[in-house]
Amino acid sequence: MGQPVTGQPRVVIVGAGPAGVRCAQTLLAAGISPIVIDESRRDGGQIYRRQPENFGRPYAKLYGTEAARAEDLHTTFERLRPKIDYRPNTLAWNVAERKLHLVHEGHASALPYDALILCPGATDRLMPVKGWQFAGTYSLGASQIALKSQAVSIGRKVVFMGSGPLLYLVANQYVQAGAQVAAVLDTSKFAQRLRALPKLLARPDVLKKGAALVSSLKKAGVSVVNGIEPLEIVGTDADGVQGVTYRDASGREQRIVCDAVALGYHLRPETQLADLARCAFRFDEPTRQWLPQIDELGRSSQAGVYLAGDGVRVLGADGAELAGRLAAYAALSDLGHTIDASTLDELKRQQQKMDRFRLGLVEAFPWPAAQAARLSDDTVVCRCEGITVGELRRVTRDEGACEANRAKAFSRVGMGRCQGRYCGHAAAEIIADAAGVPVEMVGRLRGQAPVKPLSIATVEEVE
Amino acid sequence: MSRSQADVVIVGGGFMGAATAFFLRQRGRSVILLERGLIGQQASGTNFGNVRRQGRFLPQLPLANRSREIWGKLPELIQHDAEFLMSGHIRVCYRDEQADQFEVYAKEASQYGLKLDLFRGAEMKARFPFLGPEVLSASYSEKDGHANPRLAAPAFGRAAARLGAQIVENTEIATVEKEGAEFRATSTDGRTFHAPVLLVTAGAWGSLLSEQFGEPVPIAVHGPQMAVTEPTTYGIQPVVGVSSPHIEEVLYFRQVTRGNIVIGGCARGPAYPDVRRAYVLPQNTLLQFKQMHRLAPALAKLNIIRVWSGIEGYMPDDRPIMGASGNVSGLYYAFGFCGHGFQLGPGVGDTMAELIDTGATSTPLEPFDIRRFAAVATQAQQAA
Repeated sequence: MGQPVTGQPRVVIVGAGPAGVRCAQTLLAAGISPIVIDESRRDGGQIYRRQPENFGRPYAKLYGTEAARAEDLHTTFERLRPKIDYRPNTLAWNVAERKLHLVHEGHASALPYDALILCPGATDRLMPVKGWQFAGTYSLGASQIALKSQAVSIGRKVVFMGSGPLLYLVANQYVQAGAQVAAVLDTSKFAQRLRALPKLLARPDVLKKGAALVSSLKKAGVSVVNGIEPLEIVGTDADGVQGVTYRDASGREQRIVCDAVALGYHLRPETQLADLARCAFRFDEPTRQWLPQIDELGRSSQAGVYLAGDGVRVLGADGAELAGRLAAYAALSDLGHTIDASTLDELKRQQQKMDRFRLGLVEAFPWPAAQAARLSDDTVVCRCEGITVGELRRVTRDEGACEANRAKAFSRVGMGRCQGRYCGHAAAEIIADAAGVPVEMVGRLRGQAPVKPLSIATVEEVE
Repeated sequence: MSRSQADVVIVGGGFMGAATAFFLRQRGRSVILLERGLIGQQASGTNFGNVRRQGRFLPQLPLANRSREIWGKLPELIQHDAEFLMSGHIRVCYRDEQADQFEVYAKEASQYGLKLDLFRGAEMKARFPFLGPEVLSASYSEKDGHANPRLAAPAFGRAAARLGAQIVENTEIATVEKEGAEFRATSTDGRTFHAPVLLVTAGAWGSLLSEQFGEPVPIAVHGPQMAVTEPTTYGIQPVVGVSSPHIEEVLYFRQVTRGNIVIGGCARGPAYPDVRRAYVLPQNTLLQFKQMHRLAPALAKLNIIRVWSGIEGYMPDDRPIMGASGNVSGLYYAFGFCGHGFQLGPGVGDTMAELIDTGATSTPLEPFDIRRFAAVATQAQQAA
């Protein structure tokens, strides 16, 4: 294990989700056996997360409309597994000097690479709401993990609030699993979806699935409300979430009783490894966030570093599979392999369609940037450090901290366990509003190692 | 192009520049403070946060004492405490030779008014139960402590601005020169700043300015290797630092009242002044872990959540450059603080302001005179 075949370039993939698996498959087909590093216990990534070995739920029940794709990805990986160097339960915590730094069961090691293909996936993009620090508030992703991995619901009566395709997908999965869904509250307006329709028609099949998700919720008697503005997650420190208040499209304040809230506004790429590898970032106007720069195949600004899947651009699971293949071809081509031009052209053509659809989703379910200005001063923005919106506004207005890292240094926003992964985007909007500057001028929180908290008990392996 | 004028132009808005600007304004001098980024972003903002006097080069103690006095008065002075905590500071060691040196140092430091208490064996264990079994001796300084480097220099900058100092950020100075009785600093975008007195407080970039007056110095650039843990119950008061001739053993840590433990030492990392970035090497983080097992084994149960670095300037003799130029009248320097400038910041500001305002200072600065490198500069010129 760990020793490449003599003369073979060492290609390292991070992530065994849709992008990572298709990338490994493509490399292997070209005669290169990659090393696949994955933080999870099993392959599949977030979207096709596999249940524990002793759980026996069928594919249809676990993955619904995506059962066939999930099964195909899992089977593909089973076939690849004996031919590649697969390292599950392994965290890539740092990158430096063309070495990936790993930790596995408390042991640290450094892995040199010729090509590094990062497929780390995405996490929820979150906008704070007053009361979101109460126990019982989960991200949509976490709500889905609870269900897929452990077959548990986050509460007895759950409100789904936010926007984006995941809102409807997870709410449906909860209904299918027999959980009580109190309501689905979407901040996006129906009109926005209509306007996005031409772009969404780039993938009519997916659009149809999405519409089916909404109608199946309605059929199940779940109240689906559009164009809302979240006001508060009502609760107490002792008892957690007790309800949700929101303003409906006609401006009336509404209240729903629940004991859990699943919150999320579409996804944000996990970009720390790309940042540590010193890849250049650019401001992505449609989604109002800084993303690593890539070419159409997934090459970053750093030679030998490739980015694929939702970890660089949120195209969804199918798009990630495609991006994984393209990144593999980019690496192969840079390593001197000849790539069939027509194969590449076909993949690129499909990718363009997916990107058009991606932009459609961004328009249909927009990031609610304007909410940031309306958050009350006592709303918590950084849940790790318990820092309020008011404190962030104070350092921006009174101490001149108009840049993201400066505001972090003065206020501690983004200094906690999650290192700003959950509050960073909202914090940037709050700073931009308080400083009266465009959000791109606020910049982005620089990624620092470790990618996830790292135990001081970690022992260095001497090779 | 715009032209600004003041009594004093300061190039470099780190802790030294910001504090000097503040104290010059207190003395009624008009000041322009020029900074290429934001106040206190590099060495000043990314260091460990030690407010430590013990262990310093003895002739530096008068300056450190002067600084320590100011640390205790920050709220009255600048309306911000920079989270300064008189928590105590211990230097510890693993070997007899360092333990013996602690005793010698304690005697000598007492001449400068710094009181140190030495602990060993059971007494040390009782007093500092978190220390590992290998630790032999501890030298305790009751009145030292720590503060927050992210906050200190910017707080001085804001206080200086409130007193009327003109603070010009995001302005990189390309050239400095003297014409007649006046200095001119020109930014890369062509703005000029004029004054009869020029102070260079440009840290790791200091020599790029001093060389324009024929006084280059051999400055090396490194990045501190910092890490911080997740918060845990606040329980360790003193700052702890290892004294050792082996740099890989020189670990230090402090716990902030929020509960996080800030860790540094064991190595220096690469720093790139041209792009204003410095890095923590992964192997240095792991080295700190290994040393933490020796120094305070219980802390190995914690996770670190972030590492960071910044750009520090080091002199070959481990002493800063401070005082008047040897070549040009009206020109002053305070830079190259070799990774131990944070504690000195307020004192450097007060001393430089006094020196500029009155022409003299009660704090001895001879060991820090730039002329000690004049021979090096002459050789360099001859070679060229």
